[in-house]
Formats: sequence, C-alpha cells, structure tokens
Amino acid sequence: MSFDQPVGTVNDVARSAPVLEVEDLRTYLYTRWGTTKAVDGVSFTVGSGETLGIVGESGSGKSMLALSLVRLTPEPAGKIVGGRVILNGRNLLDLTDKQMRAVRGKEISMILQDPQQSLNPVFSIGDQLAEAIRVHERDLDDRATHERSIDALKSVHVPAPERRLKNFPHQMSGGMKQRIVGAMAMAYHPQVLVADEPTTALDVTIQAQYLRLLKDLQRRTGVAIIVITHDFGVIAETCDRVAVMYAGRFVEEGPVEEIFDQPRHPYTRALLDSRPKVDVRSTRLQSIEGQPPSLIDLPTGCRFAPRCFYSIDRCVAEYPPWFEITHAHTAGCWRSEEVPWASR
Amino acid sequence: MGEPLMVVEDLSKHYPVSEGQYGGRTVGYVKAVDGVSFTIEKGRTLALVGESGCGKTTTARLVLRLRTPTAGTVRLEDQDVHQLSGAALKWFRTSVQAVFQDPWASLSPRMRVRDIVAEPLVANHRVTKEEVRERVGVTLEKVGMQRWQGDLFPHEFSGGQRQRVALASALITEPRLLVLDEPVSALDVSVQAQVMNLLKDLQTELGTAFLLISHDLATVRYVADRVAVMYMGNIVETGSVDQIFETPRHPYTKGLFDAALPTHPRSRKEKLEIKGEMPSPLDPPTGCRFRTRCPAVMSVCENVPEMIEVAPGHLVACHLFSPRWS
Repeated sequence: MSFDQPVGTVNDVARSAPVLEVEDLRTYLYTRWGTTKAVDGVSFTVGSGETLGIVGESGSGKSMLALSLVRLTPEPAGKIVGGRVILNGRNLLDLTDKQMRAVRGKEISMILQDPQQSLNPVFSIGDQLAEAIRVHERDLDDRATHERSIDALKSVHVPAPERRLKNFPHQMSGGMKQRIVGAMAMAYHPQVLVADEPTTALDVTIQAQYLRLLKDLQRRTGVAIIVITHDFGVIAETCDRVAVMYAGRFVEEGPVEEIFDQPRHPYTRALLDSRPKVDVRSTRLQSIEGQPPSLIDLPTGCRFAPRCFYSIDRCVAEYPPWFEITHAHTAGCWRSEEVPWASR
Repeated sequence: MGEPLMVVEDLSKHYPVSEGQYGGRTVGYVKAVDGVSFTIEKGRTLALVGESGCGKTTTARLVLRLRTPTAGTVRLEDQDVHQLSGAALKWFRTSVQAVFQDPWASLSPRMRVRDIVAEPLVANHRVTKEEVRERVGVTLEKVGMQRWQGDLFPHEFSGGQRQRVALASALITEPRLLVLDEPVSALDVSVQAQVMNLLKDLQTELGTAFLLISHDLATVRYVADRVAVMYMGNIVETGSVDQIFETPRHPYTKGLFDAALPTHPRSRKEKLEIKGEMPSPLDPPTGCRFRTRCPAVMSVCENVPEMIEVAPGHLVACHLFSPRWS
C-alpha cells in the first residue's frame, strides 16, 4: 500500500502561497466564573501541501483554536470575538451559518480525536458517508452516492469497501473508524484539513499507519494539514512547521528541525527536555514546576514567566514581542537571544 | 537476578463468549491472558508492554486479585494469592496496591483527600484517629504534597496532583508491590516527567516493587528494570530494559519500536514493518499468534513457538531463534 512509502524529507518552510491565513484570532468562553481567553490573538498561515503542527498542553487553547477555524466552537459559551480566518479570498468568520456549512467539508475539514464520538452508532457507515456527500451534492442519486462513498473509502485504503458500507461503527476497530472519519473529511478534497489529536486514541502500530495515511493523502491532493497535538512525536513524524501554544497564545513558531535543534523559547525547550526517550536511557527527566496560569486571570507580562527558569523582572512586567531568530523562526521571549542554548 | 517478590506461573484468563437471546450458549472463549509467566523482583520494576487488547490490564487485574484466573498461579512470597482468606487476605491487600490511569475517575469526588488517602489503612488495620492523621500527613509529604492539602477535595487539584493523591493512598499501607496501570498517560507532558521522577524516587526510598502497565515505550525505558512484551495474551519477549531496547529480537518487539514516533524530525523512519491490525481475539491464529502480521513469517510458524533464551535473562518466543534453525 502506498502509505508504506517513505515520508520523505521535511519541506523547507511554505512551499507555495498560503491557502489559509489566520489573523489575530480571539475565541473567548463566557462562563459563570469569568471570561476564559482560550484563544487570545493567534496568527499564522499554512501553505498548500504543508503540514503545520500546533503543540500545547491541555488548557493551552489548542482545541478551541481548531474548532474556531471551522466555526464549531461550543454554543453558547464559546464566541469568536475577533480576528480573521481567510480561505479562498474571504473571511470565514463573516459567512452565514448556511454558507459556512457549504465550506465545511469542501474547503476545510476536521478530524477529531476520538472516532467513537465522530461517528453515529446507530447509522451504518454507508448512511453516514452518504450524508456527508449529500450536504454538498443534494441531488446526487443513490448509485452515484454509493460510488462516491466507495471512492472515499478506497482513498483511505479501507479493505473491502463495499462490505464496510454496511457495517456499523461498533463492528470496526478504532483505527478503521478513524480511517472512515478521514474518508468523510477528505471526500471533497478540501484545501485545509484540521486534525485535532488524530491518533491519540489509537494504538502505537495503528497510529504510525494513520499518520502515514495522512501524509499520503496530502501527497495526492496537496491538502494543507494543521495537526493539533500534545505529542512531540507526532510533530516530529508529520510536520514541516511547528507553533508552540501556551495559555492561549503562540510563544514560538518555526521550521520543525529548527524547533527541535534550537528552541528559543524556554517553554519549548522545557517541553522537549521533559520527554523520556526511547533511544537513550535517561537518568532524570527535567520537569516544569508549577501549573499553567488560569485563562480567566492572566498575568500582564509573559504568561510563562512564573514557571520560567530564565525569568527576569522585565518578563513579569511586559509582554514580550516576537523576536525573529531566522527568517521563518520567531520566538516571543525577551531573552530568546541572550540565553545560551545548547544544541541537542 | 534479585530476590523474587511475586512469581506468576502459567497464568490464564479465558472469558466465555455467549450467543443467543439470553446469552445461554457458550460459543467460544476469548483468551485474554493465555499461559503467562513472569517474576517481579523485590524493589524493582517489571513493565508489561503491548497494544490494547494484548491482555496487559487483565494480567494486572489477576495479580491484584480482582479477577479469578482460569489456570495458573500468582504467588506473593510463596503464598498463592488466589487461595488466601482471613488475616492472610488482609496481609495481601496491604502488601499489594494499585494506581490507575485516570485520576479523574479513580478518586471519589465527595471525599476529602485525607479520607481518600486513609481508606486502605482504615479498611485493613485497627488504627486510632491520631495515628491515621499522622500517617496521612507523612504519606502526603512523601509524594510531595503539603499536609494541609489533605483537607481539600479532588476537584481542587490538577491531574498531576490528583495522581499524587492516588499514589499516596496506594502507599499508605507500605505495600511491597505497586501495580501502576498507565500511571502517566492521562497527564500532560510537563507533568508526566514530575510523576515519573516521583515514582523513581519513591522506589529508591521505600524499596517498593512496581508492576508497570504501559503502551508507551519511552515511559517504560525510563522507569522499568525488566520488560515483558505481550501480544494477544502471550508474552512474546522478556528481558532487561537494555536487552529489550538495545537488542530486541522478536519481530513484534522490533515492530513496536519501529512504529514508535521519532524523537526528532531527522529520525523519521522509511518504512513500517508491521502491517494491518491485530486479528480478532475470538479467532486467534493458530501457532504463533503474530504470524499473520509478521514480516519474517515461515511455514514453521504454524506451530506454537517456545520460549528460547537468547542471552542470560533474555527470552524470546519466536521460531527464528529455535536452535533447530541456526
């Protein structure tokens, strides 16, 4: 099968003009305890055929960011309060709900973490695929829909697709269900695919197969992929560029090898150092003390400063601007240039 | 090899599968654990590694006496734990404790932390209130918490802190063996390191043996001394952590390493060795259970492989290492 082929080398920055541009996106959650600034001014772009990884811990706002891109933030608490999401020359945030439904699945799609929750247990796979197809082609007859569905399943290498269409979700393994979800997301060859922890629920061997499948789909269709994850392994395996998210904002962004070789934000570095390794036996892991700040009551200065080993007075007083490290690598840290960084 | 604390021999758990409207007819068995043997040494860590459905959690439950085995024995210091009763049973329950994966599910939301931590002590010993208070305080400090935090409820803590509470509760009876079922996989990356460091410190300090159940190879490499790799209810390879990680022999073990995600973008791998998915446990392959996915499959694999010692303490259940072939 084609996803056994080598993944190839890492793309150098963006291959082409950006397909998706996100500017100063803000998504707040209004709860009875206060306003949670889950996404608090995030900007980035993705090019076609490129994979951008967004890495962060739970509570960093990364999932809310993913949902904001497809405008599926939880109602009524979640509101996109500002910013722009530009795809094919228009701001998705200006569209009506009906217009947005036509965009979702056709121009931008999403894969969620748990395939168990993305699929309806009481409908067959065939019914659910047909529903995803008829959203975009309402007049398609049964035979054409059937063919479309089979093609979609073949594109994600599901064996015996005719038989699978009659199956219900409970008759399939987690890996197979996640493939079906992938088939639905990719049925109309969207330009952007948002994958929020796509393999967290899968086993190790299945996870590796699935990530390769995503890469394979990308090679064939040129889709831009945004992978949201907490796992640097997923980033290392799939991404061309990485953005590190902390407390609602990006703190560092750059080409994947640069981020792994010379992280310039203390948080990125601490995250990379806290991972146990398979290939060497570590004697002691570096851990980050303390907790991420509450997104309701955020500090005025750098949000990582209270936990940061390199923190100085200025970090607490003033929020750091972006410092350019190389032309594609930026870090939001006052001391990004002066702190010595051992190369790994 | 150190002194054995727990010896598990030929342990099996088969679950009947029934059919018919009221589930009356038994049509087969799922062999969740099928003839597993291993030894846990005093003060050391044995890790059971495998994918979901390989039987590692069932093995943990059998060891904890939460399930009755179909066959085989679990011996703790020469006592068959499934034959215990009365005082001996209390001894077992204080000697073996467990920490589970999800600290949001394993702690009662309506109990204060000090009561959660005290529970195993109060349930198994006659102790005065003062003793309980003192022991709870000492144990909380051991896991890096403050005494006053005992007055709080679980919801007031983050995941890492909750896992510390679960750990304190497991340690209060000063167990000989702690069963850790995926103890860090529900936690955030930065917090995982804190909890793993704590586990290692506690082992050095208290001399508690660990049975670590995990699917994450990096965690295993960091915490474990010995490793047993499970596939479809069998142990396919066992050895010291260095033997398994540096010279894996079984094709499945190799495949697991192969599928593990790279630690650096430059170490992306070319090709995956293991294809497809685990077959249905209702109808496992005859002979070697891995042969349907094995890249090195031979005709002899239709026979059940025996455990072969390829190096001192390093055993592999694979025909590739059978002396007949080399």
